[in-house]
Amino acid sequence: MRHHRVLRIISKLLIPFIMLFALYVQFHGDFGPGGGFQAGVIFGSAFILYGLIFGLEYARMVAPPAIVTRLVAAGVLIFAGTGYAGLFAGGNFLDYGVLKSDPVAGQHLGILLVEFGVGTTVAASMITIFFLFAGRDR
Amino acid sequence: MIITLIDIALLTFMGATAIAILRLRSLFAVVMLSGIYSLLAASMFVVLDAVDVAFTEAAVGAGISTVLMIAVLALTGERERTPSHTPLLPMVVVVLTGAALIYATFDMPAFGDANAPVNLHVAPRYLNESFAEVGLPNVVTSVLASYRGYDTLGEVTVIFTAAVAVMLLIGGRKGDDAGIKKEPADDTEPDDDGGTA
Repeated sequence: MRHHRVLRIISKLLIPFIMLFALYVQFHGDFGPGGGFQAGVIFGSAFILYGLIFGLEYARMVAPPAIVTRLVAAGVLIFAGTGYAGLFAGGNFLDYGVLKSDPVAGQHLGILLVEFGVGTTVAASMITIFFLFAGRDR
Repeated sequence: MIITLIDIALLTFMGATAIAILRLRSLFAVVMLSGIYSLLAASMFVVLDAVDVAFTEAAVGAGISTVLMIAVLALTGERERTPSHTPLLPMVVVVLTGAALIYATFDMPAFGDANAPVNLHVAPRYLNESFAEVGLPNVVTSVLASYRGYDTLGEVTVIFTAAVAVMLLIGGRKGDDAGIKKEPADDTEPDDDGGTA
């Protein structure tokens, strides 16, 4: 695919907007449709598009597998850590109301963190799975 | 009336796509048609007012799965062999299972029935009080991330497990060109803020 000039230029133009849209879906999920799962898939697809058009070696330089695989676990840890933060703040596991003095503000903070963890794990998993499948020769 | 027509059109397209997937032997066409099927399913979810589900179906079903299946096709080949056995026995099993499932739907309440058990249990409380308790306009996010946060933690763990399983199954060999281990061993702690991915 490296010689298709139209595909290369169009995807170069599109990738920043795909990432921006993923961030919008991530942080606007409280108000409209969307959330960590969808945002993670969209964010991952930006890297997958890059890998498809420019080749796997360049994609691995942009998103080094050593970091991406660690992010797969980091997202789950962010989610569970938010749960334990509620536990240590005097509430129940995954009770965000105690994270701040105002329960509703605490809920907002907790949901933001939790959705961020979901997005991180989903995006990193998608990139990892794509790297592994696409990088395997026959 | 319009909704009914859209439903009929979408279901017709979905049925036609499914039959085409069954009959085609070119796996590339099958993968493309599966993507189209997912997109039709996403449209169906929009008609049912489940935009969050539609969003996921369009992104995962029509987007990522299609790309992953194409990546797999590059490894396996593009034509499916004609099966040597007759499709009669599988056909009987599928028809019986389908008939049993359709028979079970007769006991279900009508779609959108306000007196259905599912709409009488916790749904009214979520709809009436989530804005005061959680303060988000999107009740789906309130339910997923806060009321049912434990379930969502489980779902994220499932995705984590899937990624780990794929790494173990096809990425584990040392010195493998595709493997993660190709990266020079670098034990310095990576920046764990997650924003750099």
